[in-house]
Amino acid sequence: MDRFSWTTGLLELGETLVVQQRGVRLCDGEEKVKFDSGVLLLSTHRLIWRDHKNHECCIAVPLSQIVFIEEQAAGIGKSAKIVVHLHPASSNKEPGPFQSSKYSYVKLSFKEHGQIEFYRRLSEEITQRRWETMPTGQTIQVSKDSQAGRIRAVGIIGIERKLEEKRKETDKNISEAFEDLSKLMEKAKEMVELSKSIANKIKEKQGDITEDETIRFKSYLLSMGIANPVTRETYGSGTHYHMQLAKQLAGILQTPLEERGGIMSLTEVYCLVNRARGLELLSPEDLVNACKVLESLKLPIRLRIFDSGVMVIELQSHNEEEMVASALETVSEKGSLTADEFAKLVGMSVLLAKERLLLAEKMGHLCRDDSVEGLRFYPNLFLTQS
Amino acid sequence: MHRRGVGAGAIAKKKLAEAKYKERGTVLAEDQLAQMSKQLDMFKTNLEEFASKHKQEIRKNPEFRVQFQDMCATIGVDPLASGKGFWSEMLGVGDFYYELGVQIIEVCLALKHRNGGLITLEELHQQVLKGRGKFAQDVSQDDLLRAIKKLKVLGNGFGIIPVGGTYLIQSVPAELNMDHTVVLQLAEKKGYVTVSEIRSSLKWETERAQQVLEHLLKEGMAWLDMQAVGEPQYWLPALFTELYSQEITPEEAKEAVP
Repeated sequence: MDRFSWTTGLLELGETLVVQQRGVRLCDGEEKVKFDSGVLLLSTHRLIWRDHKNHECCIAVPLSQIVFIEEQAAGIGKSAKIVVHLHPASSNKEPGPFQSSKYSYVKLSFKEHGQIEFYRRLSEEITQRRWETMPTGQTIQVSKDSQAGRIRAVGIIGIERKLEEKRKETDKNISEAFEDLSKLMEKAKEMVELSKSIANKIKEKQGDITEDETIRFKSYLLSMGIANPVTRETYGSGTHYHMQLAKQLAGILQTPLEERGGIMSLTEVYCLVNRARGLELLSPEDLVNACKVLESLKLPIRLRIFDSGVMVIELQSHNEEEMVASALETVSEKGSLTADEFAKLVGMSVLLAKERLLLAEKMGHLCRDDSVEGLRFYPNLFLTQS
Repeated sequence: MHRRGVGAGAIAKKKLAEAKYKERGTVLAEDQLAQMSKQLDMFKTNLEEFASKHKQEIRKNPEFRVQFQDMCATIGVDPLASGKGFWSEMLGVGDFYYELGVQIIEVCLALKHRNGGLITLEELHQQVLKGRGKFAQDVSQDDLLRAIKKLKVLGNGFGIIPVGGTYLIQSVPAELNMDHTVVLQLAEKKGYVTVSEIRSSLKWETERAQQVLEHLLKEGMAWLDMQAVGEPQYWLPALFTELYSQEITPEEAKEAVP
């Protein structure tokens, strides 16, 4: 840690911020020091750490001082870390928090994650060495001390050997996984070809495919994640899975819908259902496909798509057109309302509030005042007072 | 007793058709379907084996996830299409991305009143990591992008806009066409843009520039600074770097969800 210098933390001219991460602890080798929690910033020239409470406490080390970096995976109770091996400090280094250190490396501990991205960016910067081509106001300390160089070489060889071994081991794991993955994909590719052929045949009616077999085919496609190439499908004949799901949804959503005035956006439903499930979550497509068969199964909830593309689930008993009448009353009482104001008054999400006001406008009850100050709705006096 | 009657005629016709097709060397759809069923079972076994050896790799290694996704895309397979798909069930990729989707929606909703529904990928990444807590699996920006692509189908206006070297994520159904996108890209460098800059960089007339800026203002994605020296500046809160380190206050979070 004696390679670090105090700094203002301001970037120099020509220096750009690459990435930053909060919740990082800085350790001097294996020892904890007072730099317990702060923001770690990576620029094109330096690695900067700033205490999250005391912004005056800010230290930095030039990227040119870095020999190499390694990752340490997280463990139980331990955060993921990046180990940064450094050249010895040059003699003309600016003063810093430590005069000397028995370690030639520091550890960055990512208590709030972000280690993967940071490692990637740091590796990039070290490889690209942009500080060499982008001169800044500050002189960059490059250690050209030959004596230090000799001492450095001995320690580093041992570290590099260890790193090489670790890299080989990781590579082996990755390449084995990759090989197995490639083989798997070959088989998957055969299935895709087969399904295309079947789909064509269904289209051209070569052979007698029953309704049941079509449904079976669709479920095969679903299992493999192959897009359904059969063009003559209707939403009414979705797979059994989607029909089952639709019935489940009708059960799960009854109460939440009643609590929310009979209407919810599909994103709200997605979050609600998946939070409740915890495991074996629904994909967005699963949800949409299930909702599309609600009507045909005559369930007490239905899917509705507004002109804007916004998708909602409504109780069958919910009548948006009737809600428009009460919306008109509310707007009239207040003279005029924006979607935000209306949403707050009524206790709806802004998204749905806006849709209701737009529908009211479409039905002729409201008219709009569209200005830079926002979209405001007024009762349509052209209609009522003519 | 012989059951020769209506049924026999139909069966005979079918047999004739089958024979005709077989003559031409064409394989029937139902035969192929049977074949697919068998292959599917075999594939499931292979996938189970793969999962037992490499499931951890996918969970822990974002680069491997990217390779996996790319290979799937190349052969025409979407491993995230359904939670009921083999990939999701056996490799657990589904839950990882679908849960991420929930977290993304929640962050976007909580910050919408501040940035109008536009947020940089970086800020989204930071906020999602914060929300996931210490013991959750780390996620990369690539993971976020894939989760967002899946969310589009929910009709809430999720979109990905390339700007500078990164992306802006849109989470509201506001219409943003090419003109709007190009102005956002121009604004990315400084966090704001002016009418003169648009005129000189993009060679547009004043009216076109103003229309685009007004639309962004109306949608709450841009704020107007009329006190700037020279001419008014249009700032994009999504691009304020200050926001990176700001917390979402409990009041803001409460207001976001009715």
